[in-house]
Amino acid sequence: MTTYAVTAVGPDAPGEVAALAEALAAVGANLEDASMTRLRGHFAMTLVASVDASLADVEQALAPVSAASGLHISVWAVDSDAPPPQDGAPWRVTLHGADRPGLVAGVARELAGMGANITDLSCRLVGDLYVMTLDVDATAEPQLDALAERLGVTLHVVAADEDVL
Amino acid sequence: MELGVRHAPDPVLSAVCPRADPHDPALVELGEAMVALMRASPGCVGIAAPQVGHAVSLFVLDVTGARRVVSCAGLVVLCSPVLETADGKEVRREGCLSVPDLTGDVARATSVVVRGLVPGTGEERVVVADAFEARALQHELDHLQGLLFLDRVAGAHALFPRKRYL
Repeated sequence: MTTYAVTAVGPDAPGEVAALAEALAAVGANLEDASMTRLRGHFAMTLVASVDASLADVEQALAPVSAASGLHISVWAVDSDAPPPQDGAPWRVTLHGADRPGLVAGVARELAGMGANITDLSCRLVGDLYVMTLDVDATAEPQLDALAERLGVTLHVVAADEDVL
Repeated sequence: MELGVRHAPDPVLSAVCPRADPHDPALVELGEAMVALMRASPGCVGIAAPQVGHAVSLFVLDVTGARRVVSCAGLVVLCSPVLETADGKEVRREGCLSVPDLTGDVARATSVVVRGLVPGTGEERVVVADAFEARALQHELDHLQGLLFLDRVAGAHALFPRKRYL
């Protein structure tokens, strides 16, 4: 059994998730974690699947999907082991402000410098408004006030800890 | 009575629980065993009967000492509970003993009134709750309807790996 990462990016149309999932199921792949969204209208999906098949077999299974949809599909083998649990508590960072180059780089570099790990990220540009939402694991609350002032954006950090019920 | 916590995808967690007879000695014993299990489980503030394998309308709850507590009714053991009123709305991340590896963002009412019957005596008890206790009550009531927080997540990217294990 081999674990593969698959990415698919391209024009969005109904049925693309179905086509990808069916092609993988047809070679006996077990689709594990997956994430899909649309980025400025483009279809973007990343998934991890395990299957008793070679890389060439998986690529061959997905080739017709690519040909029919125009999706750029990449497949490569990855480590099947889950990463070890990370230290730290979950935080949510939200940012909005006027669009300018370097916003994502600025926030991500600042967080990296604190040893914080970004676990999910969503960015949207609507007109001149840039909006970012990040899920971050960090051992202490990320202090980003000075960064927000430097970038000229509004930025909030809230604890995303859970109620265990 | 020895109880073990059932984990999803155990089908008992998706069962809609029928109303229970508060005078049934077996129900009273089950409630006592659930309280004992809740007390013995670090960080546990509530258990619904399906979580220990019984599809009956019974839950136990005690938020005493938990974080974010505003209202606190102490120990609550109710059978055949109903949600009388629910007001306000807040999205928070919650986890569940029966889903040990995930948490999810879920919108819940911030204040509720729950009415149910006390096992043993059969007397009616009304719990008026807000904040954390209100969320916990709604979470337990959901269990009795066969619902997990997984059924109420706030979006396609609102599920997360669990950070802390109790």
